[in-house]
Amino acid sequence: MLNVESIQNGVVIDHIPAGKGMDIYRLLELESKTQSVALLQSVKSQKYGCKDLIKIEGETLPERLDILGYLDSQITLIVIRDGKVSKKYHPVPPQRLVNVIKCKNPRCITSIETSCDHIFELSPSGRYRCLYCNQEMPVGR
Amino acid sequence: MRHLIDSLDLSVAETQEILDLADRIAADSAAYAHCADGKILATLFYEPSTRTRLSFETAMLNLGGRTLGFAGAEQCSATKGETVADTARVVSCYADIIAMRHPKEGAPLRASMYSRIPVINAGDGGHNHPTQTMIDLLTIRQRKGHLDHLKIGFCGDLKFGRTVHSLVNSLVRYPGNEFYFISPEELKVPEYLIEDTLKPAKAPYHEISSLEETLPELDVLYMTRVQKERFFNEEDYIRLKDIYILDQEKLNLAKADMPVLHPLPRVDEIAPEVDADPRAAYFQQVLNGKFIRMALILSLLDLTDPVTGKKVFLC
Repeated sequence: MLNVESIQNGVVIDHIPAGKGMDIYRLLELESKTQSVALLQSVKSQKYGCKDLIKIEGETLPERLDILGYLDSQITLIVIRDGKVSKKYHPVPPQRLVNVIKCKNPRCITSIETSCDHIFELSPSGRYRCLYCNQEMPVGR
Repeated sequence: MRHLIDSLDLSVAETQEILDLADRIAADSAAYAHCADGKILATLFYEPSTRTRLSFETAMLNLGGRTLGFAGAEQCSATKGETVADTARVVSCYADIIAMRHPKEGAPLRASMYSRIPVINAGDGGHNHPTQTMIDLLTIRQRKGHLDHLKIGFCGDLKFGRTVHSLVNSLVRYPGNEFYFISPEELKVPEYLIEDTLKPAKAPYHEISSLEETLPELDVLYMTRVQKERFFNEEDYIRLKDIYILDQEKLNLAKADMPVLHPLPRVDEIAPEVDADPRAAYFQQVLNGKFIRMALILSLLDLTDPVTGKKVFLC
C-alpha cells in the first residue's frame, strides 16, 4: 500500500472512477499549479472496489472544481482546513461548461469559427446542450 | 439593446406587442413610412434565400430606411476566413441593425455576442428562424382569433425543419395547445424538443405517420418541405421528399376553418389545386412577413410607434 502524507489545508478529490484521475488532473490544469499535488491511481475502495484520488495542498482551491459534478456524480470533494475535514460534498453539475467538451455537430458554428469557446448549458431535462446549436452531446463520463 | 436570436427571446407579452404592431402596420402602412429615416439595415446572408432577404429589405425600405449587405458567402470575407464575430464587429460600424442568415447553427448568436447593434436571426441552418415564427403566429391569430387551445399538426420534415422547432417552442407557452407531429421515422421531431419543451410544459403531443387520419382532428396544419440542403445523403432525400402531399382530396377531410400554413418555398408537398381553397394561408404568411419584419426592425431600433406614440418594448 502506497502512503501519501495527509494534507493540512487543501482539497481531496475522492471516489474518482479508476482510470479517470489523469483526465481530471488535466481538466483542472493541475500541471500548471505550483502547489503540491498527489494523484493516486487504482486505490482500493470499499465502496467502489477501485478508485483514483487527487490531493491538492494549499489554501486556494483550484478553479473549475464544479466541472467534477458534470464528470461523475460519485466523486466526493473533501475540503481540509487545519488538518480536519471542514466540508465534504458531491459537486453539483454546473449550469454551464466552457471548453470542457466539444460540440461534435458538423452544422454548429463552433465547427468553423476560430477562437470560439465550446459552451454547454444544463437543460431543464438535466442534459448538457450546446449553447449555439442545442445539440446534446454524447459524453463519455 | 436587444437581439432576436430565438423566438423565446421575446416574452409572451412582448410577442403580443409585436403581433399587435404588425397588425397596425398592415392596417395603415403609410403611417410608418418614415419611422426609420436615416437608418441602415445590413442583410448578411451567407446562404441563398429569396423571400426572407427581400422581405427584410422591403420591410426596411417601407420604414424609410436603407439597406446594404450580401447574398451568398462567396460575396463576403468569409471566403478569406473571416469569423462571424469579426464580421459582426465590422458591420456594426456601417449599419444600425443586422439581419443574418447562416448555414451554421448558432452563427447569429455568435454575431450578437460581438455586435454593437441589434442582430436578428434570419435563419441559422436547421436550428431557429424566429421571424418566420412570428409570421406563423400572426397568421394563426388572424385566422383563428387566438393562439391557445388549438390542435396544431406539423407535417413533413420535422427533424431539420427549423420553422417547426421555433413555432413549437412558442406555441407551447400558450395554454391548452395540443401538438400532432406527422412525419416518417427518419424525420421525426428532435428528442430535445420533446424533452426540454413539450414535457416540461406538460403539453400533449402525438407522433404519427398518417396525415389522412390526423387531418379531421386539427385546428391548424403546418406543412413543411423536405429540404435537400439538409441531407448529406442524396438517396435518403429522394426516398423521403414526396412522402406527404396535401391535395384537395385530403384537404376535404379537414375542418372548414383549418388554415394550411407553409413557410415556403414548397416543392410538391402542397398540390397547386389547394391554392384556391380558402384554407390556404401560405401566401398570407408571405405578406405578413413584411409587416412582422417592419414591426421587429422598428422595435429593436427602439423607435417610437407613430400611431400609438409609444415604444413597443424596453430595449
